[in-house]
Amino acid sequence: MPIMSIEDFSFTYASAPARSLSNINLPIQKNCITSLIGPSGCGKSTLLRSLNRMHDLYPNNEYEGKLMLLNQENDEMENILDIKKENEFIQLRQRVGMIFQKPTPFPMSIFDNVAYGLRISGIKNKTELKDRVEDALKGSALFGEVSDRMNKSAMGLSGGQQQRLCIARAVALKPELLLFDEPTSALDPISTAAIEELIVELKKDVSVAIVTHNMQQASRISDYTAFMYLGDLVEYGETEQIFLNPREKKTEDYITGRFG
Amino acid sequence: MEKLFKTVSFMSATLVMVLLASIFFSLFHTAKPAIEEYGFGFIKEKAWDEEVPIENDIAATPVKKEEPKAAVSSDDDDLASMLAGNTSDVPTKTVYGGLIPIVGTLLSTLIAMIFALPIAMGIAVFLAEIAPKQISNIVGIAIELLAAIPSIIFGMWGLFYFAPIVQSFVGGYQVSLLTAGLVLGVMILPFMAAITRDSMRTTPDVLKESAYALGATKFEVIKDIIFPYSKAGIIGSVILALGRALGETMAVAFLIGSVFSLPTSLTSPTVSIPVAMANSFGEATGMKTSALFYLAFLLFIISFAVISIAKFYFLRKDNK
Amino acid sequence: MRLLVNKIVLLLSTLSALIGLSFLAWILFTLIGKGLSSLHFSLFLNDLIDGGLRNLIVGQFIMAGIASLIGVPIGMLAGIYLQEYGSGKYVRFIRDLSDIMMSAPSIVIGAFVYAIVVVPMHGTSGIAGSIALAIMMIPIVINTTDNMLSLVPKELREAGIALGASKYRVILDIIIKAAKVGIMTGLLLAFARIIGETAPLLFTSETSNYFSVDLKEAYPSLTVSIYALANDPTSSSRDLAWAASFILTMLVLIINLLGRYITRKKG
Repeated sequence: MPIMSIEDFSFTYASAPARSLSNINLPIQKNCITSLIGPSGCGKSTLLRSLNRMHDLYPNNEYEGKLMLLNQENDEMENILDIKKENEFIQLRQRVGMIFQKPTPFPMSIFDNVAYGLRISGIKNKTELKDRVEDALKGSALFGEVSDRMNKSAMGLSGGQQQRLCIARAVALKPELLLFDEPTSALDPISTAAIEELIVELKKDVSVAIVTHNMQQASRISDYTAFMYLGDLVEYGETEQIFLNPREKKTEDYITGRFG
Repeated sequence: MEKLFKTVSFMSATLVMVLLASIFFSLFHTAKPAIEEYGFGFIKEKAWDEEVPIENDIAATPVKKEEPKAAVSSDDDDLASMLAGNTSDVPTKTVYGGLIPIVGTLLSTLIAMIFALPIAMGIAVFLAEIAPKQISNIVGIAIELLAAIPSIIFGMWGLFYFAPIVQSFVGGYQVSLLTAGLVLGVMILPFMAAITRDSMRTTPDVLKESAYALGATKFEVIKDIIFPYSKAGIIGSVILALGRALGETMAVAFLIGSVFSLPTSLTSPTVSIPVAMANSFGEATGMKTSALFYLAFLLFIISFAVISIAKFYFLRKDNK
Repeated sequence: MRLLVNKIVLLLSTLSALIGLSFLAWILFTLIGKGLSSLHFSLFLNDLIDGGLRNLIVGQFIMAGIASLIGVPIGMLAGIYLQEYGSGKYVRFIRDLSDIMMSAPSIVIGAFVYAIVVVPMHGTSGIAGSIALAIMMIPIVINTTDNMLSLVPKELREAGIALGASKYRVILDIIIKAAKVGIMTGLLLAFARIIGETAPLLFTSETSNYFSVDLKEAYPSLTVSIYALANDPTSSSRDLAWAASFILTMLVLIINLLGRYITRKKG
């Protein structure tokens, strides 16, 4: 069952003369990991950033089609492109979290980083905050490493730790869908392995969409894979099928390393 | 040729140090008679260009007056004779003290900062975060043009147009500490706004996006991400603007009144160090010139210190 | 509640921008209103002694021009040293000092030049005024050159050296050319800055009612005369001050806009 269904979706940047994405149809399955792969500039990050309406931070970008998100309360699909009000944006972004290419610790303590989303969403109760921060840090396999320095600046953590902190920060809000935009591209192999393990662990509670330029990563962790090229969705299927038995020539060429 | 070019460019760079050192020493040297005469007491001395009877000189200085064990009765007599203007039969000398211009400089700067700070922060936030790019560019240029207007224009406009309006609201004199401080504020406003905006713009987009991705509002992103991230730069910018206000001459010269008296209220006229220099230099000779140089020396030291703090502590480029 | 706070803050911030803009508009409209009505073509033909501004405008330009002739080469050479030759602590030290000097109170510069030029020469002079303005200008030019040269890619330097050119040739022929637009803009802004200065001229050049090209005498200065005229109680003097202010401000703003235009066009 999909948590999000992308239907006839197109996207045009304000600064670009033509569509950057055209007519994408793609489901994001619930409690699964869906990878978006493809050469640089294929639109995979653009698509990912549409799913929490990140493009709305900048003016005059244009969406077409539908982005249907499952409302877990009444099991109905709602089009997030209908969102216009500020508070609806805030709700959407709390339901659909995002992790970026580079770790983005805020200039505050480790505890405050993880508590940030909770605090602004109105949680004031100290014990509740503490519990949820600790849960999130445990869920991100970081608690053991930082439990003795929760009030120290997050800037002192290593790159891998910072990225796990960012994951904890997003997880703390209990999102329904988490978007990862090449989360390990700035990290060393050991940190990368830890993050991958963590993402697989996370799918028990949350659905995941991940953009990656690393095909091994996609094949290691994802259940479904979508291959994009020049703003089009070329092929989508179960990861195993895409990598072992691609239907499209383009897909095969890409995963066998003939271009990209 | 290569060597010559290198040497000449090295000498040019070194000239900066030579110039700064010469400024320091020449100010100190010219101020020396006053420094020797008055010492550090200069900054506490209220009198400026006042005839003081030589024998009673000690009693007349406010510093000494407050000494607890002075012979009360004789002191009172001396004061009484002074107040009666009965000084003609006693030899006198002229005293110069820096208290009034120092206080005037600090207070007018303080008023300017109180006025300019919130507005400058608002403008910076508007330019960096709120306005769409094109509007931000146009308004940004307008703000920078405002900063480019010569300070003497601010002074004239302030005296003839701005001060009467301030006066109609708060009363008092048109030339006063308040109007001088406010015009000074208007003058440093665009400078402060422009460099604060530049600091705020150093916040990486992705950091802001991650806060938005957690559901933060624009204000929360500004308050929790941009301000903390660019804190050092913003504080540095504000201090730099403060340094500018301290040393500003022309915008203040039109408005502060150039009167050597301690301000009793916001709306009373007084004088600042640069204005004292601008208006008294022409006819000054001897000790008066020296005292003015003492003031210039103090101003130089103060602004040197203020700017150094801003530059070294807050605005070090390789800090981040 | 959060959204309301957000709205209010954004509104206040927009309001601040409007306040800033209205100050600019207010000052400009005052200048245009008062300045244009007092502006006559004859002002450009007569000297101050005959109720005109000719000598003042020429004098101000000559002093700013001489200041540029002194300040630009020194500032650029120093900037080149900081970026191309020097290294380590000394460069940082000079850079810091230059930054400090850039923010030093202009009246203090005036006092300094008074002590080292006016006193030995026994009187105010055009040369003293020019020196004061040059001292104001040097750190600005250093800063601009330093910043603009730092934007030139390292590969360009290496490519020049690889062709067998000596370093100063590479600097003069390649690097300065590559940074030309930025440096030009910076120099224009520096010129705009010093031509509007008053405080450093007050007791160095003073001003003069007469046309003069003798740099050893008190020299006509537009800004210093504005100060004197504006403080004069007669309304004709004030009108002249407004006309002079109008000319000065337009000049400064036009040079500023010109600088920006060059950057936008070619940069």
